[in-house]
Amino acid sequence: MRIIPLAASAIITLALIYLFNTRIGPAPAFGSFLSPQHGFWQNAEPADKDFSGEVALPQLQGNAAVYFDERLVPHVMADRDEDAYFIQGYLHAKFRLWQMEFSTHAAAGRVSEIIGDKAVNFDREQRRIGMVYAAEKMLKEMEANEFTNMSVTAYTNGVNAYITTLSKSELPLEYKLLGYEPEKWSNLKTALFIKQMTKTLAYSADDLEMTALKNVFDDAQMQVLFPDLQDSLSPIIPSGTVFEKPAFLPVSPADADSVYLLKKDSALKMAVLDKPSKDNGSNNWAVSGSKTKSGAPILCNDPHLDLTLPAIWFEMQMTTNTMNAYGVSFPGIPGVVIGFNDSIAFGFTNAGRDVRDFYEIRFKDESKKEYWFNNEWKQAEQRIEEIKIKGKPSRFDTVAYTIFGPVTYDASFKNDLTAGKAIATRWIAHFPSNELLMWYYMDRAKNYTDYYNAVQYFTVPSQNMVFASKGGDIAIRQQGVFPLRWNRQGVYVMPGFDSSYLWQGTIPLSATPASLNPERGFVSSANQRPVDGTYPYYIPGGYDVYRGQEINRRLSAMNNVTPQDMMKLHSDNFNGFADVVVKLMRKYTRTVMLTANEKKYFDMVMNWNLVSDADSKAATAFQIWYEHLEMNVWKDEFTQKDTLMHIVPDDYTLADAITKDSSFRYIDNINTPKVETVFDVFTASLKEAVPEMQKAEQANKLNWAAYKNTTVYHILRTSVMPFARTGLMIGGGKHIVNAAQHSHGPSWRMIVHLTNETEAYVVYPGGQNGNPGSKYYDSFVDQWAKGEYYKAWVMKRNETESPNVKWKIQFKKG
Amino acid sequence: MDWWVIAIVAFLVAAVIPQKPFLSFVAGFSSLFLLWGVLAWMKDAGNEHLLSAKVAELLFKSPSPVLLILVTALIAGLVGGFAALTASFIRKKEA
Repeated sequence: MRIIPLAASAIITLALIYLFNTRIGPAPAFGSFLSPQHGFWQNAEPADKDFSGEVALPQLQGNAAVYFDERLVPHVMADRDEDAYFIQGYLHAKFRLWQMEFSTHAAAGRVSEIIGDKAVNFDREQRRIGMVYAAEKMLKEMEANEFTNMSVTAYTNGVNAYITTLSKSELPLEYKLLGYEPEKWSNLKTALFIKQMTKTLAYSADDLEMTALKNVFDDAQMQVLFPDLQDSLSPIIPSGTVFEKPAFLPVSPADADSVYLLKKDSALKMAVLDKPSKDNGSNNWAVSGSKTKSGAPILCNDPHLDLTLPAIWFEMQMTTNTMNAYGVSFPGIPGVVIGFNDSIAFGFTNAGRDVRDFYEIRFKDESKKEYWFNNEWKQAEQRIEEIKIKGKPSRFDTVAYTIFGPVTYDASFKNDLTAGKAIATRWIAHFPSNELLMWYYMDRAKNYTDYYNAVQYFTVPSQNMVFASKGGDIAIRQQGVFPLRWNRQGVYVMPGFDSSYLWQGTIPLSATPASLNPERGFVSSANQRPVDGTYPYYIPGGYDVYRGQEINRRLSAMNNVTPQDMMKLHSDNFNGFADVVVKLMRKYTRTVMLTANEKKYFDMVMNWNLVSDADSKAATAFQIWYEHLEMNVWKDEFTQKDTLMHIVPDDYTLADAITKDSSFRYIDNINTPKVETVFDVFTASLKEAVPEMQKAEQANKLNWAAYKNTTVYHILRTSVMPFARTGLMIGGGKHIVNAAQHSHGPSWRMIVHLTNETEAYVVYPGGQNGNPGSKYYDSFVDQWAKGEYYKAWVMKRNETESPNVKWKIQFKKG
Repeated sequence: MDWWVIAIVAFLVAAVIPQKPFLSFVAGFSSLFLLWGVLAWMKDAGNEHLLSAKVAELLFKSPSPVLLILVTALIAGLVGGFAALTASFIRKKEA
């Protein structure tokens, strides 16, 4: 009997199967992952893949087809709107399913389900700021409107129709890597997607950090450090515009000084876990026919977002009996989000208005069931959030909802800096609204009136909506709903014990900053403040000035504008901020105190042409020097009394302050007995910076593109570096029109020339297919980095035999 | 059907075809090694080594498609070999 060898062999066999079937740490189970029939090999898309096919589905109402060009851009030709939105859902799922689901899981605070308990704090914060609450409210509005109910329901059905066809072996790569499977899409997920974009664009208020800084600075000092207005501002709506007198202005409560502005709150030191980038912004502009060579208007837009693969955008065309729209869409929502149709073009930049405030809440006890409001204990709604965790039991979190909004921070939501304070979030995004309806109307708009009517549905995130029509109009509006604030309201956490600090209303829509066919022949926005100080309503917050300045300067000087001029402007690397600071560096550096080596770098910056091109060494030297300067000025004052340095004043504030006053008080380092002068701080900063510059130069990384290392990361970032594109040779950066930073920048570049036959030039740093195994995954990245474009093919219905058509999917009812 | 069906197939084949244990192992190992190896190699060639380089880098810190194909083949070979070996001991028992 050979029992022993049999048993041993059987045990080894089973052990091997078990080993290869089990995830070890973050790695997938090797047996299934490396299986040629089931694993990642199935995602190794053939280079000559044929995307043509026939899809028969019962939900389709009429005939429809999708024609793909060689860039894998789908041109959807449908008779009925429902079919087009259904097909859009199907296509988004076909090419970007994982991304859609992951981003909406993140929106809903469900990341722990996928990656385990590391994400619990993130998920808790998402629930506690009311993301799902806000999405539920939006969903109600979406489904109550006949148009958006139609589009989102058809879209959801399309996504699910695709998901149903997927076998385990056909799942996108990321599901196999992370070890889970997709669930069905729902209308709620579309609402969640919109709310997550809202958070990306309209969440960045520094109220908590500002309140913490009040331990160190009084309100007057805070206004110097974080001013609401800048002298060099070139506002979106030009200065000199007359604003209508307000019917009503809010009045601050009598105790505002003692209880709010001047109160120091040493207990408050909390950090927001997931803060959207302050650079989330964009450029857009439209040039009137009076300034263009052709006489037709040109509209341009480049939204600035985190650069990711799969890209946040998916390029496509949608043609039905009510619309013919081309542009980029968001995998997750129906419609064309930025683009053009047969009559008009439209684009967006972020307004960056503060629409979120914090209120301190006093609970009766730990149960959080009652809070003090207007002299009595008021009932708080309790919402119990279940956070499912991969491989572990669920975590439950009770969030109290007050008249202000959800109580985001309290004794139970702890982090390193926690205080015992209960702080509620009041956010315009919590109010009911139906932004999707704006896009429904905008995709079909034919003229200025249609555009004007469409934008009324957009409340948040407020956007500078640029418009141009073949009829010859150009316009821009900062559309959104804004709290009506008294001076300084909302800069800090406010007392939430009574109604006196509530928002006293919203700014009337008639006061929306807007411009139509201005004399100067162009409209533009680059996230600068929308209006100057003559606007009668209080607008808090810091805005950048430099990109807006440069764009306005260039457009003013241009004549006979062509699309090629617009391409040059997109890639304009002039550094307006460096222009100001280098003057100071020249004036205030004690060159006699520099060594020969230090003088070398000093000269490099002095001889710089202020253009941050990819090969510029001086741009890097400037950057390193400035970073030291910035730290030397602020760090000592800002880290007093244990206040952590979550924020520092804007670059503009520093540059402007020193330009105006060389004895700006913050130059002095309060931790030294000596009183430092402006000469000391510039010279010392250079001396500290030089070793870093030298190290970079020795490693051949002093030229700007190498130092900046512009990278398009996969959504899972550093855990999957082989899926990223790194070291892109592109210049530009912060404060520069070509806003390409390390991993943030122009996520889409679009130039639309509204001639009879629309001429559009487009590019984005990504590819249509989200599969890292596809050659269409990152096919546009190099073109984008070079500052080049593709000419969009705006397909006509009768062009089905065009050589531009590479593949076709016929959809039919069946 | 999951990936480990290859173990069942190798086991059944070795159960039906009488061979000394060592040869059973070799037969099971090499047939599955070749099966997965060739299938992976074909997918890789069609994909022009795009994905394999990335996945190899991710798993093994070395962007080598060949390494990845070898590991793929090795996993199948080991599982197939030991499954076949197990079957051969059963046959031997009955002899």
